[in-house]
Amino acid sequence: MQTDNAVTVRGLVKRYPDKVAVDGVDLDIHHGEVFALLGPNGAGKTTTVEILEGYRHADEGEVRVLGTDPAHGGRQWRARLGIVSQTSRDEAELSVAELVHHFAGYYPNPRDPDEVIAATGLEEKRRTRTRKLSGGQRRRLDVALGVVGNPELLFLDEPTTGFDPEARRQFWTLIENLRTEGTTILLTTHYLDEAEHLADRVGVIADGRMIEVATPDTLGGRGARTARVSWLSADGMREVRTDHPTAEVARLMAEYDGEVPELQVRRPSLEDIYLELIGAVAAAPVLEGAVR
Amino acid sequence: MSTALPSPLKIGLSRTRLEVKEFFREREQLIFTFLFPIIFLGIFSAVFSGTDFSGGVDAATYFTPGMIASGIFLTSFQSLSIGIAIERDQDVLKRLRGTPMSSQSYFIGKIGVVLVTSVLQFGLLLAIAGLLLGVDIPSEPEKWLNFVWIFILGTASGCVLGIAFSVVPKSGRAASAVVTPVVLLLQFISGVYFVYSSLPAWMRTVAEIFPLKWLAQGMRSVFLPDGFEVNEPGGSWQLGTGAIVLAVWLVVGLFVAQRVFRWTRRDAG
Repeated sequence: MQTDNAVTVRGLVKRYPDKVAVDGVDLDIHHGEVFALLGPNGAGKTTTVEILEGYRHADEGEVRVLGTDPAHGGRQWRARLGIVSQTSRDEAELSVAELVHHFAGYYPNPRDPDEVIAATGLEEKRRTRTRKLSGGQRRRLDVALGVVGNPELLFLDEPTTGFDPEARRQFWTLIENLRTEGTTILLTTHYLDEAEHLADRVGVIADGRMIEVATPDTLGGRGARTARVSWLSADGMREVRTDHPTAEVARLMAEYDGEVPELQVRRPSLEDIYLELIGAVAAAPVLEGAVR
Repeated sequence: MSTALPSPLKIGLSRTRLEVKEFFREREQLIFTFLFPIIFLGIFSAVFSGTDFSGGVDAATYFTPGMIASGIFLTSFQSLSIGIAIERDQDVLKRLRGTPMSSQSYFIGKIGVVLVTSVLQFGLLLAIAGLLLGVDIPSEPEKWLNFVWIFILGTASGCVLGIAFSVVPKSGRAASAVVTPVVLLLQFISGVYFVYSSLPAWMRTVAEIFPLKWLAQGMRSVFLPDGFEVNEPGGSWQLGTGAIVLAVWLVVGLFVAQRVFRWTRRDAG
């Protein structure tokens, strides 16, 4: 399988004794893009990501990460990756600075550890032992350890869970800077605004299947973005989906001869579209190509 | 981007430095692994201060080799099995596995911290025994030569068995609770806290299966005066048998450790 992509996945299947976690996923991530993988808990996101990282092995399908099968990735291959896993409970009696400097020593071309500490907002905590860090600070340390090796491809598994809004904004800036420097990033997240803000493309995974891959502003197809005009009619709330909301509003103005009760014109947010997509899966098992 | 990877040895030594730092910062490790034998030597030599263990051997002298053996077992077996179980549970091992650090480097770091701490512990024990408790420290080179191979064989088997045993505790929190009683039990039946020959025969038979008994007996051969071996159950130091038993545990431990060691938790699929 020759490919110029950072990540190429074809027909990936992973079975556990009690269920099929990943059921035929295809995925392409281009060099230099930020790709967000979305999906409910248990949809197969982390399993997919951990197969790409080499932690788990695929039962079926082909996987190439930076041109290598992760099941056989050696040290040279790992040196090009950065991994920020979902869980982290490291309570070492070691300081932030000691750990970041130590991890830099694993890589052939590391970043300056002190710059990484500053960029992850841990400057004031550099002498603090990890045991004493708050949850958000520990997560930032995870990110610092994930990027200190100057990776070509960075895996971020729910990196901002537990962040306050300000910390999340700071984190986004960090990711944008990494992207500007050319780092390819695979991000999983529960926050749709995060995906919308950071990702060049998003993939929605549910029940172990990739149900759609698109840019954040085309996800769900054209129809999904149709404007919704709603108002309070004599028979209760009415909603019309239309490509011409202005004309609809004009018609309503004429009909009501002035103020239209509880008039609203909205376009669905990425979150609405996402919920609709996974809702469709939950309602009826996805058939081959049903959504595409 | 073609710069070579740092060598496994270089990373391993860097890990040794990090592990030693961490070891001495963890109060639990420091007390229950590093200082335990030293504290017990102090207590025992005070409690049995008037007792003569035949041949003019006093309590401090009799218990010094046992505590040295026990210290070796604690810094290798106990410290590695608890430490690695916790690292696995807290996903420290998983994180390391995701970097270009090789497993050789990881184990160089572990063996490094065991060597540094056990040598320091031995030095401290010897200094306290010799300077404060008036224990005669042997000067014959052949005894020290024996000491060196017993120390190396004991440390090495303790290391591999500790690495293997680290998969037994189900969680990091359970690690101390699972490992410590095993070690304590071995110490009791192996003649670390009691005069070995005073133990019931069946208990000695059980102890003979395990390495600590042979480690302790080997250390007695180094630190107790010549002729004291008539007090041993077999009437001799049995160094040859001890070497064989320790070597068998080393080989078995190495084999098992390689097979059972894992970088992720059991529930991680």
